[in-house]
Amino acid sequence: MKRGGPLLLVLPSVVYLLVMFVYPFAYGVFLSLHPAKGAAGASLANYLAFFGDPWQLRTIAVTASIAVPNTIVTVVLALTVAYAMRRGIWAERTITALLVLPIALGTVLVAEGINGFYGPKGWLNQGLQAAGFGDPPRLTHNYTGVMIALFVQHFPFCFLMLLGYISGIDPALEASARVLGARPWVVFRRVMWPLIAPGAAIAFALVFVMNFGVFPSAVLVGQPAGATRTIAIAAYQQAFEHYDMSMASAIAVVMGLCQLLGLAIVVGLRGRLAGTGVATVGAGKR
Amino acid sequence: MRGRVWRLAVFLFVLGFTLNLVGIVSHVVVSSLAKRWFATPLPGAFTTEWYAYSWREFQLADVLTVTATVAVTVTALALLLGFPAAYVLARRGFPAKNAVLLLYFLPLLIPQMTYGIPLATSLYRYRIGGTIAGVILANLVPMLPLAIFVLLPFVEQISESLEWAARVHGAGRWQVFRRVVLPLALPGLLTAGLLVLVNTVANFELSFLLSGAGSQTLVVALYYAVFAAGMRPIYSVDAMAVIYMVIVLLMLVAALRFVRPTQMVFRLGGK
Repeated sequence: MKRGGPLLLVLPSVVYLLVMFVYPFAYGVFLSLHPAKGAAGASLANYLAFFGDPWQLRTIAVTASIAVPNTIVTVVLALTVAYAMRRGIWAERTITALLVLPIALGTVLVAEGINGFYGPKGWLNQGLQAAGFGDPPRLTHNYTGVMIALFVQHFPFCFLMLLGYISGIDPALEASARVLGARPWVVFRRVMWPLIAPGAAIAFALVFVMNFGVFPSAVLVGQPAGATRTIAIAAYQQAFEHYDMSMASAIAVVMGLCQLLGLAIVVGLRGRLAGTGVATVGAGKR
Repeated sequence: MRGRVWRLAVFLFVLGFTLNLVGIVSHVVVSSLAKRWFATPLPGAFTTEWYAYSWREFQLADVLTVTATVAVTVTALALLLGFPAAYVLARRGFPAKNAVLLLYFLPLLIPQMTYGIPLATSLYRYRIGGTIAGVILANLVPMLPLAIFVLLPFVEQISESLEWAARVHGAGRWQVFRRVVLPLALPGLLTAGLLVLVNTVANFELSFLLSGAGSQTLVVALYYAVFAAGMRPIYSVDAMAVIYMVIVLLMLVAALRFVRPTQMVFRLGGK
């Protein structure tokens, strides 16, 4: 191949992403600085309007109140189960294939299923009533509904990601620690956790970012006009109900910045979580 | 002793989660077959008429045509643009390789709602938004990198010496590609194609933001049906959900013949 050869083959995909991904992003930032009405020239009017309006500003708190606890619960549980299954389990392929189901089916179907199964007339409430729990709590079309939907969606995602990561760690490291007399907890804390931490941090960051962009679940199993009016809903409403693309872009930028902030916090914490500077050899699947 | 309690707890959690999944899915199926169903464990009478109703009322013939067009076109384009890129990434280094890899990674990492709104804004500005072409172009943004990253390890496995051997024996560049690289890369192309196909059919956000009246994919149509709950009987919405589910499951079963479930999500720590 000649010198320019490789670049020529990469070029179409790079150009495509520059035009369809980078350009729209830049255009969105530009648009957000040029409000639909008002004077020409760049201004922060959209951002000031967003942060000045309690109804809009609240969406950040609402989204965070869903995304942060959900991410913590999802990652901790996924990590626990993945760690317990690190050396394979009975019917592993069946179980993992089953877990892929909600990822493949997508948010909309899962939301509809949750509305049925967890709904006031669903099997779960029927079961609880039959068991004598009386009037069960409302689980759909509120905050709880969104939490369930996100968990069902993201737990398998996080679990499969961490399972791939943890099972790629050299078992000899753990075996040597055991031979030298370390108890299970010490093996985890001093040997495995430093190796797992980078993967757990990435998983945490990914789940947080996905949770923060929640849209279909917040609408379909939540209460999109109130308790679960997330920032993605606010951006969507500006764009497709008020046709104010400039303000919508501003909200999308704020959403992106919040996600970036979450990532920065995770990266910042990662150093501390990993504890002492134990070597991170052999981690991860190649 | 403590180890056993611990393992039991993990087992019970996995069992509970699995039961909850089975419940979610089968509730939809049972509901789609119910004549009427109201606060009883199972409906009193079953019927299949909601499928015909759903097919008619939601114009599913049109919706499925759009879905198939979008999914097949996105898959073809993702493989067409993605394979050369994966080939070069697997074979050689070049000056801006890390920047290019980052460019491929970002659409997979950034949630679709975040970049979907500026993307939709730009595409509507050029009057591509709201058309099937718009849905295809938008879906290609995350699917192209997906295809590239799935193809990458497959291309890496093809020994470069096979290509050299073919060249030494007088094969032209096109012949090497056509007779050596392509046949060896076929499993990769099949895997990547299936994954892109199932992901495109199930992809909601971008299709939702870009679709107009005549360009809704099945999952978008399902969203509007669930969103407008009460407009039509819930059983017909669930019938549509089952039709969607069967289509996705068929593709998933096909895909799982080639890939491990863990490959359906990001590969951490790898390339």
